[in-house]
Amino acid sequence: MLPHPYTVRQVHRETHDTFTLDLEPLDGDTPPFAPGQFNMLYMYGVGEVPISISGNPADSRTLMHTTREVGSVTRVMRTLQRGDTLGVRGPFGTHWPVLDSEGSDVVIACGGIGLAPLRPALYQILAHREQFGKVVLLYGTRTPNDILFQREIQKWRAQFDLEIYVTVDRAMGNWRGNVGVVTTLIPKAPFDPINTVALVCGPEVMMRFTVQELRKRGVDERNIYLSMERNMKCGIGCCGHCQYGPDLVCRDGPVFRFDHLEPLFGAWEV
Amino acid sequence: METLRPILEQHPFLKGLAPEYIELLTGCAANVRFKEGEYLFREGKKADQFFILRGGRVSLETYAPGRGTILIQTVGEDEVLGWSWLIRPYKWSFDGRALEMTRAISLDARCLRDKCAEDHNLGYEFMQRFADVMVQRLRATHLQLIDMYQGAPRK
Ligand SMILES: Cc1cc2nc3c(=O)[nH]c(=O)nc-3n(C[C@H](O)[C@H](O)[C@H](O)COP(=O)(O)OP(=O)(O)OC[C@H]3O[C@@H](n4cnc5c(N)ncnc54)[C@H](O)[C@@H]3O)c2cc1C
Ligand code: FES
Repeated sequence: MLPHPYTVRQVHRETHDTFTLDLEPLDGDTPPFAPGQFNMLYMYGVGEVPISISGNPADSRTLMHTTREVGSVTRVMRTLQRGDTLGVRGPFGTHWPVLDSEGSDVVIACGGIGLAPLRPALYQILAHREQFGKVVLLYGTRTPNDILFQREIQKWRAQFDLEIYVTVDRAMGNWRGNVGVVTTLIPKAPFDPINTVALVCGPEVMMRFTVQELRKRGVDERNIYLSMERNMKCGIGCCGHCQYGPDLVCRDGPVFRFDHLEPLFGAWEV
Repeated sequence: METLRPILEQHPFLKGLAPEYIELLTGCAANVRFKEGEYLFREGKKADQFFILRGGRVSLETYAPGRGTILIQTVGEDEVLGWSWLIRPYKWSFDGRALEMTRAISLDARCLRDKCAEDHNLGYEFMQRFADVMVQRLRATHLQLIDMYQGAPRK
């Protein structure tokens, strides 16, 4: 499957090491996607990486990706400017069960760049807000400077129908918000564990402890969904690069129900 | 006269504590309020109290020369603050500063320490409850130290 060429319409610097690209196709339309799905982004001559879609699924014109610079491809991607071109294949993978969660409380627990794949889920929930119970966002990052989508978080905070809790690992004296890892927010967050669907995304160690706390609080493991990351090559279930036990993350994931992952989840490296 | 007893009884930290111990705590309890920015306690000073928070938020802080004040953890409603009163040398390990108007019940530890020494059942109850708090804080600190949002290099 060949990448389609897209132009960069805008670059938003989110934090010192993350940026959002607004892309538009050079030919044709942007294909529809479901929250939680990803694209393979190809920097010509450098390489290809899987990046989740971070924009609004109802906006068919703009394709958004929010990326953290960690290595060779993302480093070059960060230098992209308005008008530059890159290749896009996708969308691929499974999605968050947002529309299947109507009638439930929804807890979105994420850490670091993990907020990016969950932003489309939040947009989708907000578009159908009256069909959900409580909606709670629990978001943890390293420091106040690492908080993604700051302006949007402020806006969501001002809404009465969303409960937003942000916490950081470390802060200096002028920070007025919470300090402590995201798992410390779970015991007190306002949701009914019996009727809650939890969507969790972040580094694996964060997800492990988050799931532990959610279960302690009484959330059924069949109502907990995680998005897994594995290195990918083909993105379409052919090469085996993204194998996770019996699954291929690109095809069977990245979003999995926790009870499906549980047998493997305790193991550090699978 | 109304006492703080019903509030103590219902606080999650003291749930299930025998009525005679709640009675004892009530005798050592005082309603306190801290304005935003006010310190509840200072690092290195004698720890002769602990606090049961009823509203507001407190940050635990330490001062690092050359770097300034570092916030380590925030504690809020329905949580308990301070175990230094129970463990030698009975000195606060951090500063505690109110981030917003904070309402709390302060428990005078001097008489409680003596009571714990006399009545080991009471001492054990407290040790167990505060050990839970310490373990939770230790686990949280462990996760902070491993810098978990950074993500691990993957295969
Ligand atoms: C389904 C899926 C969705 C993803 N969605 C996003 C997203 O929305 N935004 C985003 O920024 N990333 C996302 N990622 C991760 C992203 O694909 C990787 O960060 C990227 O492939 C790294 O490529 P690179 O060439 O820049 O780094 P490499 O040169 O491959 O790696 C450089 C070094 O960084 C380490 N490393 C690689 N990835 C990470 C990481 N995520 N965290 C910490 N260290 C890492 C490597 O182990 C290596 O040591 C997703 C991954 C998957 C599988
Ligand atoms: S990336 Fe090739 S099988 Fe998943």
